[in-house]
Parts: sequence; structure tokens; C-alpha cells
Amino acid sequence: MSSPADMTSPAPASLPPGPVFDVAVIGGGVVGCAVARRFALAGAQVVLLEKGADILSGASKANSAILHTGFDAPPGSLELDLVKAGREEYLSIRDSLNLPLVHTTALVCAWTDAEAAALEGIAAQGQQNGIGGLALLTAAQARGRVPGLAGHLAAALAVEGEHVIDPWSAPLAYLTQAVALGAQVLTRCELLSGQFAGDWALLTSRGQIRARTVINCAGLFGDVVDQRLGCVPDFEIRPRKGQFVVLDKAAARHVPAILLPVPNEITKGIVVCPTAFGNVLVGPTAEEQDDRLRATVETETLRALLDHAARIVPDLKGIPVTAVYAGLRPASDKKPYRVYSRPQHRLITLGGIRSTGLSAALGLARHALDLYAAFGDVHVPPASVPAVSVPNLAETRERDWQRPDHGSIVCHCELVTRREIVAALNSPLPPGDFGGLRRRTRAAMGRCQGFYCTAALAELTAGRFATPLAVGPQGER
Amino acid sequence: MAGSRKTEMTDRDVLIIGGGPSGVAAGLELRRQGVTRVTLLDREPTLGGATRHCLHSPFGMREFGRVYIGAAYGRRLDREAAAAGLDVRTGHSVVSLGEEGVVTVTSARGVETLSARRVLVTTGAREMPRAARLLPGDRPVGILTTGALQAFVAFHGLMPFRRPLIVGSELVTQSAVLTCLTHGARPVAVVEAGPQALVRAPLGLFPGLMGIPFWRNTHITDIRGGSRVEAVTLLRDGQPVTVACDGVLLTGSFTPESALLLPTAQGVDPGTGGPAVDQSGRGRNPLYFAAGNVLRAVETGGWAFREGRAVGAALAADLRAGDPVAGPVIPVTHDDPVKLVMPSLLRRDSGMAAFRDFQVRFRHPASGVLSLEVDGREVWRRSGHWMPERRVLIPIPGVALMAERVHVRFR
Repeated sequence: MSSPADMTSPAPASLPPGPVFDVAVIGGGVVGCAVARRFALAGAQVVLLEKGADILSGASKANSAILHTGFDAPPGSLELDLVKAGREEYLSIRDSLNLPLVHTTALVCAWTDAEAAALEGIAAQGQQNGIGGLALLTAAQARGRVPGLAGHLAAALAVEGEHVIDPWSAPLAYLTQAVALGAQVLTRCELLSGQFAGDWALLTSRGQIRARTVINCAGLFGDVVDQRLGCVPDFEIRPRKGQFVVLDKAAARHVPAILLPVPNEITKGIVVCPTAFGNVLVGPTAEEQDDRLRATVETETLRALLDHAARIVPDLKGIPVTAVYAGLRPASDKKPYRVYSRPQHRLITLGGIRSTGLSAALGLARHALDLYAAFGDVHVPPASVPAVSVPNLAETRERDWQRPDHGSIVCHCELVTRREIVAALNSPLPPGDFGGLRRRTRAAMGRCQGFYCTAALAELTAGRFATPLAVGPQGER
Repeated sequence: MAGSRKTEMTDRDVLIIGGGPSGVAAGLELRRQGVTRVTLLDREPTLGGATRHCLHSPFGMREFGRVYIGAAYGRRLDREAAAAGLDVRTGHSVVSLGEEGVVTVTSARGVETLSARRVLVTTGAREMPRAARLLPGDRPVGILTTGALQAFVAFHGLMPFRRPLIVGSELVTQSAVLTCLTHGARPVAVVEAGPQALVRAPLGLFPGLMGIPFWRNTHITDIRGGSRVEAVTLLRDGQPVTVACDGVLLTGSFTPESALLLPTAQGVDPGTGGPAVDQSGRGRNPLYFAAGNVLRAVETGGWAFREGRAVGAALAADLRAGDPVAGPVIPVTHDDPVKLVMPSLLRRDSGMAAFRDFQVRFRHPASGVLSLEVDGREVWRRSGHWMPERRVLIPIPGVALMAERVHVRFR
């Protein structure tokens, strides 16, 4: 497929010989973004390599956007520690980064007597995990909180601390802060191989990069990156697909809380929950597959998700679908996170973050810095940390359309202003593709999915994206 | 925030939301009937609604006695609205509808609230996007609807693909094919899931006449593409076929642009997808009226114009009568192969009617007897083979206004 030059952003330039970075972060998912921030805050010279055209191109683009407490994490696990640490840090930094927190509660809903019997065990596990705010509810009490719950509800467990956040603005804010501290971000830059001889010579699709330490945050390709670096990975990624349906904002009044099922061994199950953007999310499925790239949606599965939602909250029946998507979770051959350090190779791998990555990312970043301490490098943290904030996209807080002089509304469904689009395109981390613009602004994420705004966005974004919205001017072939 | 929010309190009679054919026609009629303070809001920079980007369909023959194409029709509406003394405010997006006729709006100036004695919703319709159709596969760039394609072409001089697969066989599908052919794109095929084209022959033969394959009984089972569409797998007469293409153009399956109504107490009618209205175009909330394609999705611009004019007249009569109508509603129900009946309410004390007929459409092709029952008594019947996307009209009998219930039956 040929694309006229004026429509496409130029192929990424090869890199000139550069400095030796202290740390190369492989992967611009939520974990990589958090790690880049943490190391930049520690005073390290950081480079982040992302093979996609934009950050969050892999597993991190599709999740349920819940900031978990860890109530159901395996007791004593690293995952539990890091979810708790990550959540705590998110709560402490979110104001300064302008990140939302939607104070939902989660209700673990039991629909049969057998499930109801399991709730006590889940509550006990939560208590063992040090999570407060747990309460066993009768069906009537649960309906007091979510009146629309279906009649066959048996009982529920309330988890007060489970909240909803903006899953894309959070990592964007982390990495924006890293960039403000001097970190470099290279997109369309795939790690091909690496040689370690005291420090790392990394061969990438954009040339050679040198770094003292490598932190593998490559998500779905975590094991592959270890291999490319000449190390035998300790794990094997087994992609787990999750399909989601996003319901129209009219659904939100029926779902004021996160509705969780009683989980099984493999998955937390299908969640029905509010989003920070005012919709209701239904998903994910948990489907094992070998393909690490394709995450297709399937009509029958989407329909089953809709049926599921209407079964537990009957008022959701018939509410229009706004969006559908699917993502791959980087599950591995074992359930725990696969986190390890190889001091002899100055390589830290944060692998197998199959779920809870959004909640644990900041905790994982701190953990990586702790592991890094053993490598003996000393950095001087910056004297002052530049103030960084990202635009708010959550409906619970003021949006740009509510302020004067926004230019005009470009996306009417999500009320995205021209000023917001232009600001995103000119930000320190501009979107590298249409998905990136959507995640940064909500443009074309609404109920018409771009019926009205795609053409205007094609013009506004000409020359910016690896895959442009327009293939060329009309009338030319 | 506090500085930007303004509440503008005037003695506005009517606030019209949407400046397409139905909204402008209603405004013109209201003014003609002596209603003085009428504000017309549109979120786009100019009036015309969907007609602005329709490059092929002719508009205006019946209402203005001459033919306009695309944006020229919108400019005519602009002139008519100005000459009639309508308070036109373009670049105004309505954010929410209050139960008491207070509407929240954002524009370049920021947020404001506008109020009026009555609100008329004329927000039109749009084609259903990929997500709402639950289409399978990847989600790359290059999947869009006719309306979006026409906006690429009409407003920006751009093309989103060169070799799209076109889905659908409604009237708008021909417009999609023609837009492609005249702007540097060659559709690889037009596919229709059903056994025949939804438009009448000879229009159903149109793609074939243009040398583009038209495949019936064909639906998408997979869309492939990492960043841009690369191929689509179809099930054609039960056999899988993969065709290379760089886009998917979804045509038709119009749905009312009724998002503003969804969160309100009156909601939307499950059949039409638009607000439930009575024979005057009045909603369940009697401060609200609606006209045009928001009522039941797509009809032509001319139909929407006439409907706007009729509802405008009924609305003027309603204002003259004074207080909002408060009487009970008579529900109009229907059997399942019938997709919608509009109006889906009647009111005994409605005043001037805007609709003489029930507009009926079918969900899928069906053969049988369609009848109208008033309190269980059949007052109209016709048998035939009924096709989806074809309008059926059943006269609204006077006796229906005295009834407890009205039902459109299918046997």
C-alpha cells in the first residue's frame, strides 16, 4: 500500500551515535511508562523503546481501568505487594498529575448459593491481604447500592476501595513526567538484539543504542525480549484475549459500582463497571491463544457479553453499544508475576503481568528500582521535579468544553474541542497513530465512532500518523 | 468555570435543536404562524445537516421548486432562516436536555444554558458504526460509514481508502458507490447480508451496472489489518471468501441521533430508536417535540422538510393553546416482525395533528396480513410481502383518539 508522502509521518530517523544511557526501558506500556518515570525521578538517564507507533500499543490499550485494592490477590504474593504499593502511589500523585479517581465501590456479586458461600472466603482473603472496607451484604443491601441488580442476586461482598481511573492518561502522565526530567522516548523502535559487555549495545530497528542497564517491560513479548538479549527467559508468554463491549453513557446510571463476579482460578471474570468517561464497560473474556498480535472481536462473543450484562442488570438490555474492542493480556505459563533481576547482565525483567498491571505499575517501578540498587550505580535525583499535568478526560471533573474559547467542538459525541486536539498533537508525547489520539483526547471514542469527526481529524492530523486517516487527496489514485 | 457558565433567561418560545431540513422547516413554519422568539441551534458551522455532505442526492425540488446539490441546499436553508427572522446559532453543541425545557449548550464561548417554552428536537439520523453492528475482526484504520466518507470528500478533499468493500444495499449505498467512483476509489464489491437488495429495482442493480460485483447472502466474518484494513473474509452463500481491500464502507442501517434523549425521563422508543411522540410530534414530556429523521431514522431530506413543517404548525397551535398538554397517552403497540410504528403514542387532547398516518417499517422481510386494531377491533388491513427499509403508511383513524389502546398486528 503506497501512501503519498504528505499524508504519512516520515519513517523514523535512524539514530545518531548517542550517549550511553543509564537505563533502557523496553516497552511503552503502562509498566514501561511507570518505570521510566521512577528511574528519571531517581536521576537516571532513561531511554524508552517502543516498537509501536505510539505508547500503549499492546496489552495496555485494552483493560478494565480498575484501580484494584488487591483484596483478591494471592496472599503473600509479590503481586499483592505491588498492587498495594502502586495504588497507594497513584492516590498520592494523581492530584499533581491531574489524573481522575472515580469513587466507585466494587460489589462481588454471588448469583447462586454456592457463589454466596464463597464470599466469606473471599472476604477472609481480603482481610488477610490487609484490605479494609470489606462488607458482606445481603441481596437487599446490595440492591440498596445498585438498585438495578437482577432479582436472582444471592449476596454480595462490597469492597469500598476499588476505584475506576483513566487507563490511558495515567501512563501518559507517568511518561510525560519522565520526559520532563530528560527521558527520551523512541517509538517505532523495535529491539532486535543486544550484546552485553559491561554495558549493553542494543540493536534496534532504528539503529544502535547503548545503555548500562536494560529493564524489560515488553509485555506480550517479555520472553522474546529476554531471548533477543541472549538470556534464557524464565517464563513463556501465553496470550490471553479479552473482548469488551462499551455501552452508551445512558447505561451509567444503572451501574454506579464495579460489578465483579465471584472469580475462578483462571480469571477475575466478566466485569460490568462504570468508566471514567461515563460509559459502562462489559468484559473481558479470557481466551487463550498463540497469536501475540491479533486480538479480534467476534460477533457471537460480543453478543454474549451484552446478554451477560442484561442478565445481571436487566435495565442494560437494549442500551446502544458505543464501542467494542479486544486486547491481549501477557499471561504466562504460571500465574504469578514473573519478575527477576540478573545483576550479572544488568537486566531486570518485569514479565507476565497478566492482569492488574494498571494498578501495580507504579509499584513495579519502585520494585525495579529496588532491584537496580544491587547493580551499584549511583544517581543524583533532580533538585526539583518539574510540574507535569495531563488534560482531564474524565466526566467526573471539568472538561475543556466547559471552558470558554475552546475553538469549537470537533468530536460531538465526546465533546472534544479543537483546542484539545491541537494540544495533544503538540504535546511532549504526541500521538503516533489514530489510536493514540483517541486515547489522549477521546476523539472518535463516542457513540458515533467518528461518523462526524473522522474527516476533520484526517485533516488536522495530516502528516502526523504512521498510518494516516486519509490515503490521499480525492480524485487521485 | 463559574465565570463561563451563563444562564440566558429570555421569553423564548421555541428552541430548535438541529438545523437540517426538518429543523429549518419547523422554524420557518413557526415564524410563518407568528411565533416570534424562535432560536435554532446547530453544532456545525452552517445549516443543512446531513444534506451538506450529500454530493449526489438532489434536494429542494418540492420545498423550493428547484434542485440543489449538497452544500447549496444548506446555503438556501441559511438564507431562508435569516429571511424569516430565526435566531440561528451555529457552532453550538447541545450537551444535555433538562426536564423543564432548559438546555445546556457549549460553543466557542463556553457553556451556557438556554430555556424556552417548548424544545423541538430535530437532530436527524446517522449510520450505525462498526462497533454497534458488532462486526468481527481487527479494528484498523479505514472502516467508516457513508456519511464519514462524504465528509472526507466534501469538506476536506481527502480520501480514506482506494479499494473499499461496501456493505449494504440501501438508497445511500448508491451514493456511497458513486462517491467512491467519482473521487478516485474503486470498490472491490458491494455485499448485502440478505437475499436481495433493500432498495427497489432497478436501483438494486446499480452496483452491477457500474461494473462492481454485488453479492447477496454475504456477510463479513473477519476484518484483517494491523494498522489499516488489508482484507476482509466473507461468508458468501455459505462459502468463505477472502478479498483484499484497504477499507470497509458501512452504508445504511441508520439510527436516530437521539443520544440527548437517552438519559432523560422520557427516553427513546425501543422500536424507532427516537423519542416516542404523539400525532402532533409531541413527546412524553409535553415540553418536547421532535420531527424529521430523529423520529425513526432515514427518510429523504424532502420528507424531513415536510415533517418539520407539519410539526412546526402543530407546535405553533400548541403554543397558542397555552399550557402544555397534560392528558394521558394512548400507547401504540405492534407485533414483532414490525420494527417500528411512528407515532408510537396518541393523545386525545393533542390539538392540531402533524401526522395523518402511522409510519410502519419491518425488521426483516415477511409475508402476511398487516392490520390496525383499535381497542381490539380491526379498522384497517392489507396483506402482502413486506420488506425492511420500506415505508408503510396506515391512516390514523379518528376513532383511535378515543381508544384505550391501539395495536399494529401482523399475522
